[in-house]
Amino acid sequence: MNSFLDALLLNAGYNAALVAIGAGLLGFAAGSSGTFLFLRKRALVSDATAHATLPGVGIAFIIMVSMGYDGRNLIGLLLGSAVTAAIGLVIIEWIARRTRLAEDAAIGAVLGTFFGLGIVLLTIIQTMSSGRQAGLEGFLLGSTAGMLFQDAVVIAIGGSLAVFATWLMRRPMTLVAFDAEYAAAMGYNVRRIDLLMMGLVMAVTVIGLKLVGLILIVAMLIIPPVTARFWTDRSGRVVWIAGVVGGASGYMGAALSASASAMPTGPIIVLMAAAIFLFSLIFAPVRGVAAAVIRHHRFQRRVHRRQGLLSLSREEPIREKFTLRLLERDGLIRPDGVPTDKGRAQAAKVSRDERRWDVAREVHQDAGLTGRYDGLTPIEEVFTSDEIQEFDRRLGPPVAVGGLA
Amino acid sequence: MGADFVQFSLVPILIGIFASVACALPGNFLILRRQALIGDAISHVVLPGIIVAFLITGTVAAIPMMLGAAGAAVVAVVLIEAVKRLGGIEPGAAMGVIFTTLFAGGVLLLEQSDTSKVHLDVEHALMGNLESLIWFRTTGWESVLDPVALASIPHELPRMAAVCVLIIALVLTFWRWLKIATFDEGFAQALGIPAGALGFGLVITAAVAAVAAFDAVGSIIVIAMFICPPAAARLMTNQLATQVWWSVGFAILSAVLGYVFAGYGPLWFGSQNAVSAAGMIATVSGIILGLACLYGPHRSRVGVGREETA
Repeated sequence: MNSFLDALLLNAGYNAALVAIGAGLLGFAAGSSGTFLFLRKRALVSDATAHATLPGVGIAFIIMVSMGYDGRNLIGLLLGSAVTAAIGLVIIEWIARRTRLAEDAAIGAVLGTFFGLGIVLLTIIQTMSSGRQAGLEGFLLGSTAGMLFQDAVVIAIGGSLAVFATWLMRRPMTLVAFDAEYAAAMGYNVRRIDLLMMGLVMAVTVIGLKLVGLILIVAMLIIPPVTARFWTDRSGRVVWIAGVVGGASGYMGAALSASASAMPTGPIIVLMAAAIFLFSLIFAPVRGVAAAVIRHHRFQRRVHRRQGLLSLSREEPIREKFTLRLLERDGLIRPDGVPTDKGRAQAAKVSRDERRWDVAREVHQDAGLTGRYDGLTPIEEVFTSDEIQEFDRRLGPPVAVGGLA
Repeated sequence: MGADFVQFSLVPILIGIFASVACALPGNFLILRRQALIGDAISHVVLPGIIVAFLITGTVAAIPMMLGAAGAAVVAVVLIEAVKRLGGIEPGAAMGVIFTTLFAGGVLLLEQSDTSKVHLDVEHALMGNLESLIWFRTTGWESVLDPVALASIPHELPRMAAVCVLIIALVLTFWRWLKIATFDEGFAQALGIPAGALGFGLVITAAVAAVAAFDAVGSIIVIAMFICPPAAARLMTNQLATQVWWSVGFAILSAVLGYVFAGYGPLWFGSQNAVSAAGMIATVSGIILGLACLYGPHRSRVGVGREETA
């Protein structure tokens, strides 16, 4: 635990601190720029993008070696990966637009084909004399062991640029994500904005390749936005919450991985994000599972309570056990089922409200008001007190339930 | 085409063909149902399944591993459905959340456990090892009928063949149901076809194909074969039966051409070493799809295309 705290406070050594900061920045960039792709319901485009980087890495390595340079130059490899990822994106867009194939088929086709080609290139590189120690497999799952200051700088600059571009383009991207046709009618070039969205994701993918690898960078692009969506209904906030979730999982994941052995950074970061996701899925207000369960129970109780009070007002026996328990707990009936004064008063109110609604339906032909009758909405929320007094005038004086006690 | 071919190439080519066909068949229906990426999700969760099976049994035997992988596929499908319904999240994102998480869990388990001694690593899982499936005790074509030599054939071949036959049988048995439920789920339900169960069965069938193929050829082929041959076939015809035939043809063509290019292609360029056959098969299937996108007779959507070209 102490070593985890050390790593969190960046006291666990130079490399660990570098990795933690880099992962945090990367997480923030990935979370915020992945948001629009998620809102556009194209989250898995990032999966294809990530897999399509592999042949680029291989090609860049081969070109650099054949030109006599060191094939492991990170900038060169990342440039190569960006090129093939961009080609992959353009092909996806082209297949989905020009053929009858759906976008998911296009994503899968590009993903499988490019990844296969990448593997072919990796096996070629393995047989090259200078390729034995290339370590390009590190791009599959990421490797933080040999992270250099230069790598951290690449992540910091690239990540900041991606976040800045996201912030700059947030309005058109939001518009396209929610209503592409409206955006087109407003004069935006939807296709170009779509390509920009995917381009941002591609940039983050390329920056993150070295750190978490191409398979797990997908998680950093998808999980934070999905998590953020639980906490708010405002797209502007989703972006920043997703960034914070991504950044926190990146930073804490990297710290945790530095504090123990056999804890690979990429998977730990992803599992950290998944843990935050799970927490949000269950405990988020409004959209979370717990909130839904509570809402359901509250609704159930209101229905039972009202049905019970109506039965009391008609002096019908109640047999439903849950209703009896509910009424007794609220002090509306005695254990032997006889209504208390409070119970009779509330029953009278409920039955009077029912009759008020009947009058309301006669008086108001407006279905917008009377249509709000669902048995649970208090009449006071729908009509003004003047109107209710008018209903009461037509109904006559209140009637007590069960005679005077 | 002599003894060398039988010894080194026959078995991998056959396994490649069986794996490709086994994946392409369910892929036809997955593509039409817009569930193409379920194959991608399944092939990612196979890794944690295999590792858990290994940790429980302590062996690298085939049967427990396949059970583990199939179990993981079912767990993943259920989890995706749960996240989709409980969280109100669109299917693609739900899939992305679940399979990346499970995959990360698999990698973590792999690092934490002492699996370094056994042949179980991520690269192997991705790339497969088609080239190593050599038929040692063969003397040529006559061995195909020799029971002693046949007994030493790599066990992946009969297993893959059995799975392929099973999937063909399933597709033939449920053909009418699949056809109706794929195109009009409501109509299928009105006819009394259990469309929900059928859809789940299709995903499970795909998982079985993926797991069996994964064992022999790695997960790249699985992802590519679920999508590329059926997608290419989709652009060739408007008849479901014809589409399935085309997809089988494309799958076989990809497997054969891919293996040949991988094994002999480098020789044409003067290199000594073969390249990854699995990767090459996936690449060839992608090229076939690319050609179909450019020249397939039914490539464009009805009503679209004309205005685009204008």
